[in-house]
Amino acid sequence: MIEIDNLQKSFGANQVLNGITMRVDEGEVVCVIGPSGSGKSTLLRCVNGLEGYQGGTVRVAGQQVDRTRPEIRAVRRQVSMVFQRFNLFPHRTALGNIIEAPIFALGEARASAEAHGRALLARVGLAGREGAWPSELSGGQQQRVAIARALAMRPRAVLFDEPTSALDPELVGEVLAVMRDLARDGMTMMVVTHEMSFAREVADRVVFMDAGRVVEAGAAAAVLGAPREPRTQDFLRRVLQPLG
Amino acid sequence: MTLSGFLADAREFLPILAEGVGVTVALTLCALVLATALGVVWALLRTSGNRWLEAPVRWLVNVIRGIPIIVQLFYIYFVLPDLGIDLSAFQAGVIGLGVAYSAYMGEVFRAGILAVDHGTIEAAESLGLSRLRILTRVVLPQAVRIVLPPFGNNLIMLLKDSSQASVITVAEISTQSRLIASSTFKNQEVFTLAALLYLCLSIPLILLVARLEKRFGRR
Repeated sequence: MIEIDNLQKSFGANQVLNGITMRVDEGEVVCVIGPSGSGKSTLLRCVNGLEGYQGGTVRVAGQQVDRTRPEIRAVRRQVSMVFQRFNLFPHRTALGNIIEAPIFALGEARASAEAHGRALLARVGLAGREGAWPSELSGGQQQRVAIARALAMRPRAVLFDEPTSALDPELVGEVLAVMRDLARDGMTMMVVTHEMSFAREVADRVVFMDAGRVVEAGAAAAVLGAPREPRTQDFLRRVLQPLG
Repeated sequence: MTLSGFLADAREFLPILAEGVGVTVALTLCALVLATALGVVWALLRTSGNRWLEAPVRWLVNVIRGIPIIVQLFYIYFVLPDLGIDLSAFQAGVIGLGVAYSAYMGEVFRAGILAVDHGTIEAAESLGLSRLRILTRVVLPQAVRIVLPPFGNNLIMLLKDSSQASVITVAEISTQSRLIASSTFKNQEVFTLAALLYLCLSIPLILLVARLEKRFGRR
């Protein structure tokens, strides 16, 4: 579904991604972990065409991702994105946020978009909150609306960019629960996260990145339970025992 | 000046001044439409990300801001006819005030567009919305909320600056009051009336802007 081959990306002289090769197959959940500044979020943004890149290729459902070409919009309709800071449209209600792109990017009729939107709000546990403004919702609720908004495009894959990092600790669980549900339903997901327990439980595969490279990748249990690379071991030790 | 004498004078002068009020309102509204339309164009060009569009507009705005409105009015009314462009005083007033205020409006709109949370634009991009849709459905609605209070302030200033059109003989409140004053020598009565008429127009606007600030300032 998502094929990344030898991806090179730099901001000026700063090489952020240095030959990333990985793939996410249909129905797979892949978690990308690593220290901050390792290029995880940039990698995700390249998959959606929010960032350009200098070398290598990114393909989604067989289509090349190139943000300079008009076809990028067709690619973006295949992969939706959920952001760390939710990025809801503050001037639209919960339902308004969800139906915006189906109506104005896909040309769906308002009535069917609204029916689908209501069903999605119910799915993320927010039935009855259709008319709520983003400013009236908690961070966890906003992120669940953002997930519903991403799903409204009927995407073939969803990208999550640290979806719980901006949340108060007590609100993390409700968002992870929704993501767990999605994974169970077979949605293809690429998740940049610091939630190791989520990765261990939900991910089919885990990719550990450091300094713009993939250091280690494999089955979640293997990478998280018995990492081979010293850098992975070191990172996991620090993340899992922050006080140790 | 006794109160009864003032009221008698007011009854006599108000019909003439009322015509001036009509002209002031019409001049302000026409100039507002022109200033807003041009201001939006300036703001969009200046935030377009295209250097070749941004630089000339930046200079144009600076030139407009750097010349007093009164000189711009003189230029349009007295110099353009030499170039074969004949305008009525009212037309010249609308164009002069509209162009002058387009510079201020453009800066206000530009600030509003830049203040829109970039994350919402990225979200819209990631959902596959077109650039035009992102502008009209995501950026401008948010910018309008940010911009309403300073826009209102500019409107109040425009209303008062419309009095400058009296120098090119537009028959608005100031022109009419000066005509009456010079023929009756009742300066105090006439200009008090003129000031009161401006306040009747501007105070409601000021209150409206204060309400808008309360409503949108916090978001």
